[in-house]
Amino acid sequence: MCGATAGGPSLDGVDLKQQAVIQGVVTRAGEPVGGAYVRLLDRTGEFTAEVPTSATGQFRFFAAEGDWTVRALAPQAVPADRVVVARTGGVAEVDLVLDAI
Amino acid sequence: MSRSAALVDPDWVEQHLDDDAVVLVEVDEDTTAYDKAHIRGAVKLDWKQDLQDPVRRDFVNKAQFEHLLSSRGIGNDHTVVLYGGNNNWFAAYAYWYFKLYGHEQVKLVDGGRKKWELESRELTDQATERPAASYTAQEPDTSIRAFRDEVVTAIGSLNLVDVRSPDEYAGRLLAPAHLPQESAQRGGHIPTAASVPWSKAANEDGTFRSDDELQRLYSDAGVDFGKDTIAYCRIGERSAHTWFVLHELLEQANVKNYDGSWTEYGSLVGVPVAVGDEPGAA
Repeated sequence: MCGATAGGPSLDGVDLKQQAVIQGVVTRAGEPVGGAYVRLLDRTGEFTAEVPTSATGQFRFFAAEGDWTVRALAPQAVPADRVVVARTGGVAEVDLVLDAI
Repeated sequence: MSRSAALVDPDWVEQHLDDDAVVLVEVDEDTTAYDKAHIRGAVKLDWKQDLQDPVRRDFVNKAQFEHLLSSRGIGNDHTVVLYGGNNNWFAAYAYWYFKLYGHEQVKLVDGGRKKWELESRELTDQATERPAASYTAQEPDTSIRAFRDEVVTAIGSLNLVDVRSPDEYAGRLLAPAHLPQESAQRGGHIPTAASVPWSKAANEDGTFRSDDELQRLYSDAGVDFGKDTIAYCRIGERSAHTWFVLHELLEQANVKNYDGSWTEYGSLVGVPVAVGDEPGAA
């Protein structure tokens, strides 16, 4: 399947040793932001994937080893970027904080 | 077709919410998105449950498509206006599907659900009730659908456009990164295919880039507009987005979407595969 489930894919039944997981939470003023859009950009800045956040502001990607950028978009907010390094068999945690426009 | 005939913007949608000639249709892979909230009056299509045969890998047939649209209250004379999540991937897929079965008036909402949400436009969780209609489909138009043998024949002669992300093209990823990485297929791409990620055709809010920008994008990637083109991705929905760009916005005559895409091609025995960032030789 090729759609984006809110919050990103479930970890149920996934062999994490084979995956390079990037995950985190989008917040604004300390509160989680549901329904934000988180984009995963590769080392050249090219788009690779996008998921809407869950009601608790969470997102998750299954990437490959290397450097990535995650960017959050939400209504009335300045897009927030963070650089993250993914490793196969690991979970890279990255939180994104949105500021109001 | 042209941009003005194939695309509408969110303002147009708001002005036509009560237009009886228009049926809004949301198409998502994650149908819980529609169930939680959708544009008022929109009906739902589930690209997998509704548009795919439940047993073999193929589309629903003409009779099943007729039954589906009739049950959703869509008639042949309605203007079908599609939108959805994932930057309209599945809405573009459904658009292509409606064209395949010969629907006359079909349009896509520029930016899809994301732009609508980012602009804080109104959504509702109220169920849409539409009286059943009687829909008659045309025979499938295979001039816009490519099958595996013609894809293999196209290597080195037609334009092949791989619209997946650069890491999927190179073989470093096997699926978009919002999904677990599968291992059923080999990684890589069809030799000679140009890499033009679908996302380069869209702005960050999901809207399409201008015709000039789009023309330049494909020309710079080596697409020869004098030749026929086949677009593919992993399962055919992102390449439906690119088919829409080439065929509907840029009005290229012979463009096909290969919906078998990498999940089929990457599993075939004996076909050539190129790995890495270069297109590779025929």
